[in-house]
Amino acid sequence: MTKDKFYNLILKFYLFFIFVFIFTPIAFSIIFSFNSQRFPTIPLGNFSLEWYIKIFNDAEIWQAAINSVIVSSITCLIATFLGFCTAYSDYRYRFKFKGIYLALVLLPPTIPLIILALAMLAWLSKIGMSGQLWSIICAHSVLTAPFAMAIIRLRLNQMDPDLEAASWNLGGSEWATMRNVILPYCKPAIISSLCLTAAVSFDEFAISWFVSGLNKTVPVIILEIVQGNIDPQVNAIGTFVFFTSITLVITAQIFFLTWQMKGKK
Amino acid sequence: MGGFNTALFFDMKSNREIINLYSLTLRVPIIFWQLLFFVGPVLFMVAMSFFLVKNYRMMEAFEFINWTKMFSKNYFWDSYWFTLFIAFISTLLTMVIAFPASFTLAFRVSENFRRWAIFLLIIPFFTSYLVRTFSWYVILAEKGVVNALLSYINLGPFIMLNTHIGTLVGYMTLTLPLVIILQTVTMANIDKNLIEAAYNLGCKPYFIIQRVIIPLSKTGFIIAAIFCFILSFGDFVAPFYLGGSQEPTLPILILDTTKSGQQWPRAAVVAIVMMVTLFAIAFIGIMTAYSKSFKNDKR
Repeated sequence: MTKDKFYNLILKFYLFFIFVFIFTPIAFSIIFSFNSQRFPTIPLGNFSLEWYIKIFNDAEIWQAAINSVIVSSITCLIATFLGFCTAYSDYRYRFKFKGIYLALVLLPPTIPLIILALAMLAWLSKIGMSGQLWSIICAHSVLTAPFAMAIIRLRLNQMDPDLEAASWNLGGSEWATMRNVILPYCKPAIISSLCLTAAVSFDEFAISWFVSGLNKTVPVIILEIVQGNIDPQVNAIGTFVFFTSITLVITAQIFFLTWQMKGKK
Repeated sequence: MGGFNTALFFDMKSNREIINLYSLTLRVPIIFWQLLFFVGPVLFMVAMSFFLVKNYRMMEAFEFINWTKMFSKNYFWDSYWFTLFIAFISTLLTMVIAFPASFTLAFRVSENFRRWAIFLLIIPFFTSYLVRTFSWYVILAEKGVVNALLSYINLGPFIMLNTHIGTLVGYMTLTLPLVIILQTVTMANIDKNLIEAAYNLGCKPYFIIQRVIIPLSKTGFIIAAIFCFILSFGDFVAPFYLGGSQEPTLPILILDTTKSGQQWPRAAVVAIVMMVTLFAIAFIGIMTAYSKSFKNDKR
């Protein structure tokens, strides 16, 4: 028994260590963003807002931030719409080539980003669409739609299939049922999916870097700064980026968990 | 449930295809979207690998020169084997390092704790990998945090950047949270009675893991390993910034060829080779994952 407790302690200590490893880079990025040293290390330098002031006064970074917000907010709308349609089609219908249909939607995230980036760059140049914000949005929506599909599909799984039929019996058309029954039922999943797809799009750098041309987003700016030299500005930008995506991911999770727990009861 | 209701319900579940405006509106848009922005780009990339480049301009053609050129280059094959090697090591290490943590989360903590842990593990997966990598760069540097801490106990400095250690730490930043989640979920779904039965029959803890837990988690573990491999194989950030890129991996090769050389067709060759490799590995993995011929599968 004591031996078991001993193992338990070691395992929990190990788990703690793993969590430290996973969250160390996030924590240090935030700490270093308030640190005056040019090359941050331990012991820490003085508290300083220097890097924040620097990025605050940088017009290029402002422009990138605006671009990022535009790209991720339009991407999340398109991806969630496409993801919802696919999830519903999968839930409600059986049809020929459904396997291929689903593969078509679900495959993109399994292909390395650098390959998608190259393919997108070549194709969008070919059809005359490269170098604009729209190019990034199209690419990101393909990449993120599967996440939306997965979340909404899970929610539809919990729906009583008689609910839809009941609404038709009561005289509602399919469209009215969609609007008044299915969409309200899926609302938490839709919000989750909007947040999560926005977060993925907001952080994506490979495709953005390849197809954006001069319309840089925040991750592309980071990539370019990092290529030059050690510059603690990155930590300040990174802190903003972290807080944006962490907020989005946590919001998504709260909505997700709330309906998961309700679904169990 | 009335008769009418049931009839509708059955129609819904029957194999008969229902085609009307409603079903098509929901089904068709994404097909076009994916054809235009997913299938189109990938097929065009395959076509592009046969194009020619003259005076820095790409010309549409059907020549095998890019393929023969790339395949005859030693640096391409060096890079290929190196990428396979480092992605394999990364997968192995991540699976092994993740296992005790996932094991703890699956069997040694309360369900509530597990839910919170997974909640936390999802966060890094969706936050900027790039910034996390840069953060590691500073932490692992010769005068960085790790070496500063080690110097207090008179160790080091260790050189970790621009080595395989740097690359692997970078890969794990990307893959470890995902692998732990997948392993934990897999093991948490094992029927606890089976483990208890093994224990009651006098099975030692080590053998419970080897004979009961791992065989029952085979499918989930292989899926986790495949994801880990794909992520490591395709990532350019870790080997570039933390690994120093003296030994370029295939993604770095794509990057260099595209960005500096304007040799898009040759980059396409590398990309296609990568995709074929990944599909082959994923296919073998999935076949193994779902195969019934596992000696411990009889229960």
